[in-house]
Amino acid sequence: MTDLSLVRSDFPILDRSVNGHPLVYLDSAATTQKPVQVIDAIDEYYRRHNANVHRGAYTLAAEATAMYEGARERVASFINAGSPREVVFTRGTTTSLNHVAYGWGLNHLQAGDRVLLTMMEHHSNIVPWQLISRYTGIELVYLPLSDDYLVDLSKLEDLLDERVKVISFSGMSNVTGAVGPTDLVEAARSVGALSIIDGAQLVPHMPTDVRALGADFLAFSSHKMLGPTGIGVLWGRPERLEEMEPTEGGGEMIRDVQLHESRWAPVPQRFEAGTPPIAEAVGFGAAIDYLSKLGMDEVRAHDRAITGYALERMSTIPDLTVYGPEDLDQRGGAVSFQLADVHAHDIATILDQYGIAVRAGHHCAKPLMRSLDLAATARASFYVYTSRSDVDRLVDGLLEARTVFGLA
Amino acid sequence: MASSLDELYRDVILDHYRSPRHQGALKGPHVHAEGQNPSCGDEFSLDLAIEDGVIVDVGIQGQGCSISQASGSMMANAISGKSLDQARELTHTFKVMMTIEDGDNPVDPDRPGSVLGDLEALQGVRRFPVRIKCADLPWATLEDAISKAAAKT
Repeated sequence: MTDLSLVRSDFPILDRSVNGHPLVYLDSAATTQKPVQVIDAIDEYYRRHNANVHRGAYTLAAEATAMYEGARERVASFINAGSPREVVFTRGTTTSLNHVAYGWGLNHLQAGDRVLLTMMEHHSNIVPWQLISRYTGIELVYLPLSDDYLVDLSKLEDLLDERVKVISFSGMSNVTGAVGPTDLVEAARSVGALSIIDGAQLVPHMPTDVRALGADFLAFSSHKMLGPTGIGVLWGRPERLEEMEPTEGGGEMIRDVQLHESRWAPVPQRFEAGTPPIAEAVGFGAAIDYLSKLGMDEVRAHDRAITGYALERMSTIPDLTVYGPEDLDQRGGAVSFQLADVHAHDIATILDQYGIAVRAGHHCAKPLMRSLDLAATARASFYVYTSRSDVDRLVDGLLEARTVFGLA
Repeated sequence: MASSLDELYRDVILDHYRSPRHQGALKGPHVHAEGQNPSCGDEFSLDLAIEDGVIVDVGIQGQGCSISQASGSMMANAISGKSLDQARELTHTFKVMMTIEDGDNPVDPDRPGSVLGDLEALQGVRRFPVRIKCADLPWATLEDAISKAAAKT
């Protein structure tokens, strides 16, 4: 990749110290840090261009609209969509998945239908389906994992039949880092089911081509790929977006409003009720520019290298267990682990005293954690700015945790 | 910095974490309460056998971090043999300890037999505000159990 020290110098937060130590930020699977280019784009938008979009006939409104729609075009080309009209801006991955569950699922699913998920889903790809099952009577079925933490596709034939109307799966686990089974897209097609990819971890870490993936929907978030919080994407095939009902009504999403009924605006505005997150879209666009300049192949190569280095260094720590695939081709840069009998929260507290930020807990994936017989893990996760020295500091911190807990 | 970690993870805390006292469910008549911190997933369950307003036996079970589980083990020791009123008072004293300002110490650690005993080791948690809820979990569960016991009589 581009010289790592140049990349790091773009991230102002990496200059700060925490508890007397230079920050080592290892929680990028939760949210990434922001480069100055993103921060400046948002600042510039508010200082010079702020206005509401898609209405005013004045210069600022036209500028704001062009910037908002420009961000949509960037997203479309970043994922190789056929058209910006396939890109719906949402609040984030969770909202995107809820749009599909409510907007498509409520109108196309009925009692006896099945939604096929995997055991490595984030709660945001489980709970929306549970919610609509209360209205529709659909049944959720889960593909189990095999011993290597990957989804066990050999169990697919037991579960795949014409009752399956939706297959929705994670493109990359936020807990184990395991890549998701994109073969499920073809499996869905074979029974006429809808295919949905939760791309919250996938899109930030791998080059993404929606035409090559072939799925019906892809959901992802800006803030996990250098952009601001509060905005994300639902990409959908045009014909599938047309089948979807709006789940929120209000301004922006209508063509005409009468007293007792209304007609909707075309896709994607149909799904963007109310004033959208304009500054966030502008920042998101700047994040995509930043990643595109690095090149997603390079982003993936850096992820792979730093994950390989971390797995190698962590394997030297006594009593440390990593939960995730060993094969670097089958995983991204989220490394979940446990250290002897030291609880994950205690690890996180000890590391924090050395300026190292890791996540501890169930990572919003309780069914996965239960299937691995785990209550909590600590998780270190990496991104474009993560250095070998960050990993070295993590290893030193974990050795210190062993001392604190009397293991060394 | 390292010294605040030493204050947090005192030997007595790690000892209670690794060898919790009063562990297990009670078999005879008892009141039962469960608590959890949804944000971190820590769980704690408590059985109290009560005779004539006195806690004659305690059983604890749980899973979670060293602070929540050690706090529960120490609490089980501290309330065993106490009346419900004394247990309520202890809960209050513990809460005061966990919230006081620096230098405003309600317990003199040098005084023999001071009321909180091992529990004073948890004072180090106050320097880690996000972890106070861990230490509180067993006590919130105790309050629930005590009100259930009170409702029964």
